[in-house]
Amino acid sequence: MSGFIRNGFDRSAVFVVLVLIAAAVAVPALNLSTPASSPLHIPDYAVPLIGKYLTYALLALSVGLIWGYCGILSLGHGAFFALGGYAMGMYLMRQIGTRGVYGDPVLPDFMVFLNWKELPVAWYGFQFFPYAMLMVLLVPGVLAFVFGWFAFRSRVTGVYLSIITQAMTFALMLGFFRNNLGFGGNNGLTDFKDILGFNIQAPETRAALFAASALALALAYVICKAIIASRFGKVLVAIRDAESRIRFLGYRVEHYKLVVWTLSACMAGVAGALYVPQVGIINPGEFEPANSIEVVIWVAVGGRGLLVGPIVGAILVNFAKSWFTTGALASFWLFALGGLFVGVTLFLPKGIVGTLTGGWTALKQRRTSAEAEAGIAPTAPDGPAGGRLNPEAAE
Amino acid sequence: MSVATHPETETLLYLDGVSVSFDGFKALNELSMVIEAGEMRAIIGPNGAGKTTMMDVVTGKTRPDTGTILFDGDVDLTRLDEAAIAELGIGRKFQKPTVFDRHTVWDNLELALAGRRTTMSALFRAEGPQERQRIEELLAIIRLGEQRHMLAANLSHGQKQWLEIGMLLAQEPKLLLVDEPAAGMTDAETAATADLLKEIAKEKSVIVVEHDMAFVRALGVKVTVLNEGSVLSEGTIDHVSEDPRVIEVYLGR
Repeated sequence: MSGFIRNGFDRSAVFVVLVLIAAAVAVPALNLSTPASSPLHIPDYAVPLIGKYLTYALLALSVGLIWGYCGILSLGHGAFFALGGYAMGMYLMRQIGTRGVYGDPVLPDFMVFLNWKELPVAWYGFQFFPYAMLMVLLVPGVLAFVFGWFAFRSRVTGVYLSIITQAMTFALMLGFFRNNLGFGGNNGLTDFKDILGFNIQAPETRAALFAASALALALAYVICKAIIASRFGKVLVAIRDAESRIRFLGYRVEHYKLVVWTLSACMAGVAGALYVPQVGIINPGEFEPANSIEVVIWVAVGGRGLLVGPIVGAILVNFAKSWFTTGALASFWLFALGGLFVGVTLFLPKGIVGTLTGGWTALKQRRTSAEAEAGIAPTAPDGPAGGRLNPEAAE
Repeated sequence: MSVATHPETETLLYLDGVSVSFDGFKALNELSMVIEAGEMRAIIGPNGAGKTTMMDVVTGKTRPDTGTILFDGDVDLTRLDEAAIAELGIGRKFQKPTVFDRHTVWDNLELALAGRRTTMSALFRAEGPQERQRIEELLAIIRLGEQRHMLAANLSHGQKQWLEIGMLLAQEPKLLLVDEPAAGMTDAETAATADLLKEIAKEKSVIVVEHDMAFVRALGVKVTVLNEGSVLSEGTIDHVSEDPRVIEVYLGR
């Protein structure tokens, strides 16, 4: 087990983890302990905003794992994100207690408004934080397991799988819009007061949520790296590139897909659970098919051949979105996003990160061979570790 | 020839009355055939004779409409899927060389090594010294020791074919199904491939589907001629090439 994690810990993994830990410390510190006049000060509004980007990055990472390494293009991962978010939202709703508009100690406001007398069974236990956190993993995980069990066993692949993932998130959206499903209808869950006894609006709580998001992303990244480095990861890539070959070697492709798919859904659920307290609301709009497609665009922009790609893509695109939609260009954002997707697909098929690392490796190889030709470095570029210079092979 | 090294033979693969049709087209028509343990058999036949479909039904890719397929005595292959059949010890090489391009030669062989197919062992069990030694042996057999760290994508066509044969050997199968191993190879590579297969056939049963008559002659084994989904003729290469029915099928009337 310890060997499992250690295998994934190469130089690039250490770098990414250090950056995320540094962010987890520095952003809250610069927000809380510098005066507003200081040039280093990070304003209050920016902390949950960047925190939100990090949860999006975690969601993108979960999509990058299955799409980039196993060829499963999910156009419905927003559903797992939203389910994790709802589980967290239900915990937060039950923390409101008598401070709601109607002051009912047990029933959330929307249930009183709908004239309900009793708490639905689905809400039992959500006042307990550990139970709610378990549900954050379990609800998306079980849905993904059941969905994947049928889809992968029937060998639904490619665009057909993508379409049914869209149908899944669309069906969930319609369900959650209904008042009588018992999750707040189209208003969703909001008006949260506190989390684990701390005021959810307080800068300290927001700083802690930010740090939690950064650390969750770092942990998920390390787990993904370890998976990719293991033989399991090699089987995933083999499935992506030659599914029937690996089947004839005796591997049960459906089992491998099911494990990575379910794990990816759990990661998306955690991302949703961290997202909700930072934005203060969860509603059925999160299930919209367009949201899931946007995630795929982040991954494509960042690059799906490497695990950092989705993280960088999610942060860059959402930063651009925030910048765009607060200015005069707001109404052009969707055009810009569409254009970005087309542009990246045409000109940077490996995404930003893939193109940068590819260019760097090519440059390094050119320099090595030029030096070898000039007789400076006697070692051939194709030494014993020759094949491992390739970035795709290394990750 | 290879039969002589196994005087006491027993049936390894048994096909009886196997039929498959696709939209009314009979790809296999009451095909019956027996492969002995330790035998190498060459299968030839014109396009559409059912050679690849025969491999598909044996490896679980296609289910026959009717007929019996037994492996190793009493295992009914028509009820199993590809992975289960592969685990029983039937390896398959595709017509087009199919290796994992984004993996190194070493990793390709590692993935093919027998056993260790569950998701949990793949996640948590690293390769041990025995596995490394076995991969070294295979690299020597398929003559790719120098290229072990190369991505499979960068191998030549012939090297990919050998790598795929090495992956089959790594599975430690009892029966190998090899679809046109010499296609697209140079003459030297073809001869080397024939030697490699003969070497393999000393320990395992091998079924080779091939178009190249010179290659089949170089193998020097019993030949089965398929036509329109059933056996047309069987015997030595000289015997079948003198069979008037075979001549008619190959040369037209």
